[in-house]
Amino acid sequence: MKKLQSSFTNMVIVMTVVAVVAGGVLAWVNKVTAPQIEKINAENLSKGIFAVMGSDNVQVSEAKEVGDYVFYLVADKTGKPVGTAVTTQAQGFGGTLEILVGFDLEGTILGYTILSSAETPGLGAKANTWFQKGQKGDIVGKNPGTCNFTVSKDGGEIDAITASTITSRAFLGAIKKAYDELYGDKKPLSEP
Amino acid sequence: MSKFKIILNGIVKENPTFVLLLGMCPTLGTTSSAINGLAMGLATMFVLMLSNLIISCLKNLIPDMVRIPSYIIIIASLVTMLQMLMQAYLPGIYTTLGLFIPLIVVNCIILGRAEAFAAKNSPLDSLCDGMGIGIGFSLALTLLGAVREILGTGVVFRSEDFGMSGITLQGENYGMLMFVLAPGAFLALGYLIALFNKFVIKK
Repeated sequence: MKKLQSSFTNMVIVMTVVAVVAGGVLAWVNKVTAPQIEKINAENLSKGIFAVMGSDNVQVSEAKEVGDYVFYLVADKTGKPVGTAVTTQAQGFGGTLEILVGFDLEGTILGYTILSSAETPGLGAKANTWFQKGQKGDIVGKNPGTCNFTVSKDGGEIDAITASTITSRAFLGAIKKAYDELYGDKKPLSEP
Repeated sequence: MSKFKIILNGIVKENPTFVLLLGMCPTLGTTSSAINGLAMGLATMFVLMLSNLIISCLKNLIPDMVRIPSYIIIIASLVTMLQMLMQAYLPGIYTTLGLFIPLIVVNCIILGRAEAFAAKNSPLDSLCDGMGIGIGFSLALTLLGAVREILGTGVVFRSEDFGMSGITLQGENYGMLMFVLAPGAFLALGYLIALFNKFVIKK
């Protein structure tokens, strides 16, 4: 077949057809994948909430978006509030560090999980285990309101990840910010 | 040229990373570990094969003066499709590579092969060329990622998203941090190109 000439009509027709077909295919793929993506996101969120609240017998009773934060008020199966899970973020070493952290009603940390990060593998990326219960930088059971919630280099109580002070500072800062938002001078969200 | 020769050409003689020096942005950006490099290479290969095939089929229908925008629309659609499919069915890899997937659109290897090969050759040959270049790119990225990971952290093929603990080659505390960061990427790439030219490309 001979190559199509670059006449005005040809160009307009070809570009339009290419764009319309591409748009149509994308719309179809989006329709097919959207429910699956939503399912995965919802699953990840509920898995994350179970992990950070330290219990599988909880459910989200209410979700609130305030500024950069999303608060999930968490209650047990009988409806009694047990605390709040918060997504919070900070600028880490490689990019935005997004954390889901669980507080009980007094503001004591029950657990955390990293939702997304671009930290250096082998260094800052260790944040997902380093601050867990029983690890070197254990923050579980600490209350950012009553203890000095910064890295030991800055005079605080938490051991920073070796060679990743920037990540550690960002990580603790994000949690502290979420705590202040939730329990600071404002009325706690989880109170009726 | 036989199909096999076209594939081999992409892996050795026209290796996109070591010989053509195309697509340096993803090469340097994603190779902080071997698994990331491999996954990026395979994702690029997927787009490259399909874009080569489609562009080769449409080469006579697209007027010369609008060929670049048309190619870009095709490539961008394929990348968006890939992104949605990965997000839905391979969430593990998507978490690692999410940030870099949209950048495949501007990876010059893909537009480069569309222009240099697919626009002049038959669809089947173009598919083989996409495969060859894709394999070459994947191998190069995996190798570069492995070198950086070994020197930088002492462990290779570790990926928490897939639950792989990796192979420990030296004590973790002796890793040279620089190799995981950007300057290490340039250094490692420079040495690998030099070695590749010395031992593989014999003039």
